[in-house]
Amino acid sequence: MIRDEDIMMVAPPTLTTSDKLYLPQVIAGMRTTLRHMFSVAKRAETTVQYPEQKRKLRVENYRGVHRLNKDPDGRVACVACFMCSTACPAHCIHIEAGESPWPDREKYPVKFDIDELRCIYCGMCEEACPCDAIELTPHYDLVGKSRQEMVFDKEKLLRIFDETKDVKPRKNPPVTDYGLTGGQDKAVARPTAERKV
Amino acid sequence: MELIQNLLANQLFFSVIMMAVGLGVIAGVSAPFAILFERKLSGWIQDRIGPNRVGPWGVLQPVADGVKFLMKEDITPAHVDKPVFIMAPFISMIVALIGFAVIPWAGEIHFPWMDEGATVRTQVANLNVGVLYMLSVASLGVYGVVLGAWASNNKYAFYGGIRATAQMISYEVPLGLGVLVVILIGGTLELDKIVYAQAQSGVWNIFLHPVAFVLVLTAAFAETNRTPFDLAEAEQELVGGYHTEYSAMKFAAFFLAEYSHMATNSALVIVLFLGGWAPLPFLSFWSPEHTWWNVGWLAALIKFGCFFGKIAAFLVFYIVIRWTVPRFRFDQLMRLAWKGMVPLAIGALVLQVLMTALGFIIRPERGFAGNLPTVLFALAGNAVLIGLAMFVTARSTREVTGRQDNLPAVGNRNANAKLSGIIQ
Ligand code: SF4
Ligand code: SF4
Repeated sequence: MIRDEDIMMVAPPTLTTSDKLYLPQVIAGMRTTLRHMFSVAKRAETTVQYPEQKRKLRVENYRGVHRLNKDPDGRVACVACFMCSTACPAHCIHIEAGESPWPDREKYPVKFDIDELRCIYCGMCEEACPCDAIELTPHYDLVGKSRQEMVFDKEKLLRIFDETKDVKPRKNPPVTDYGLTGGQDKAVARPTAERKV
Repeated sequence: MELIQNLLANQLFFSVIMMAVGLGVIAGVSAPFAILFERKLSGWIQDRIGPNRVGPWGVLQPVADGVKFLMKEDITPAHVDKPVFIMAPFISMIVALIGFAVIPWAGEIHFPWMDEGATVRTQVANLNVGVLYMLSVASLGVYGVVLGAWASNNKYAFYGGIRATAQMISYEVPLGLGVLVVILIGGTLELDKIVYAQAQSGVWNIFLHPVAFVLVLTAAFAETNRTPFDLAEAEQELVGGYHTEYSAMKFAAFFLAEYSHMATNSALVIVLFLGGWAPLPFLSFWSPEHTWWNVGWLAALIKFGCFFGKIAAFLVFYIVIRWTVPRFRFDQLMRLAWKGMVPLAIGALVLQVLMTALGFIIRPERGFAGNLPTVLFALAGNAVLIGLAMFVTARSTREVTGRQDNLPAVGNRNANAKLSGIIQ
């Protein structure tokens, strides 16, 4: 039942004579239109001339193309847990897991493909990843000549990490390395911990 | 040389030349000009910059658009009525272009090598019923839309076509009445005579009948299916309206037809109300004598420039209106035509009939000052008309909301309670 206080009574606005005659209102509207048409300064300042000028983005949370992070030893940080591909609402992450060649983890992705055309850049994968291996970067101007070209594979995604790690450093230190390879131990894996490599 | 001179002196050949010029101006200059300016001005009005990548200042944008349309895939859906589907855009286009045949571009020309007193007209066809021709061609314009819509076999396109038809039928009436006023002023159906009369007296018809001018202008907007009368292609409701199923060059033909139609209609309004090629109001710019200004070819070029300048100004006006007035709802559209414009147009007509009966007739040879009493009388009559309109609208208390009477009244608590009961 809709409560009485939830009902809002909206009366149509009463029209004045000039409203009913249309024309005075049309002329008043044209004044506004013309004012905008001749406000040169305003449109120069609103417009970003895209390829030459670029907008300043908020690097920390802009959701552009993905990257696959590397751990300090240069290995792919992903452990092929499929969390991201499960979380992905667009079903655009395709992972093939294999047995890890390293002692500190069981699995690693043999193949890791993201279809950048299907992706809706929601950032769910980044949120789902338990080891912060997948991240979205502030890069948005990606182009390709075919659909196939826009399916980014593991190598490409790792390369993007190399290209963007200076602009946007990896969020958290790796948690996969439990001290076995001479890297960090579990204690430093807290988000606030200092990274000491 | 002799041959060329003879050809130029021959009205038939000159008509062919005018045809080429007319088509060139409309299809080759006005339409791309309008398309570029539509995009530029739309941008400016929305505080954007508009196309500026193709060529300096974006001037080559129409070319780029044209190339794009040519390269696009031309889809003919499987369920359409093929011959009509293919024909419709070109009917639109042709009808929009043939209206130009009777536009008097620049008066008459007397070439030095012609016989004494002979002239050629800068008009493709000098019909003695030019106004009627113009009206009939203007109303044919809807055929392309309706045929395209019907042949598309698509409900949205079909709605668009039906709307266009209903709208056309309604707006023909005030348009015809408004044009009738002009016919009564000059007592002629020949467009060039109408222009001569205005140019000679300096009394453009807009000074006699501003109300009729506004009505004809509004009806011209409606005829071209431009906002605020673009219900036939209301994209929020009808996908793309009558051209939903059209792509590539066929769509481009519709598009060009719309812009050519705009140019044709503005030319008509200019001839009827704004003095045609006459550069300025209030002054006499024509007389039956054969002076260089009246029949010289250089003067003809200047007159042509004036005419074209007026068309350009009109196209800009069309664009500004497009971004000012929101689209009408369909019942508002009909109400405006039948309850607003038709009575007003009849009023203007009665006024002109009274003027003729009482002897307030424009005598072009007397110039503006000589015709001042007529102008003042006409303006007073128009003021009375506007006053009457204001009086009637102020007295009408019914809200113009379009709510149906069988709906519960707004603000009726019981009815709302009933409704909420249904929702619950
Ligand atoms: S950003 Fe969203 S859509 Fe794109 S891959 Fe990640 S989860 Fe999928
Ligand atoms: S990127 Fe993260 S969530 Fe996705 S499979 Fe690798 S470790 Fe798991």
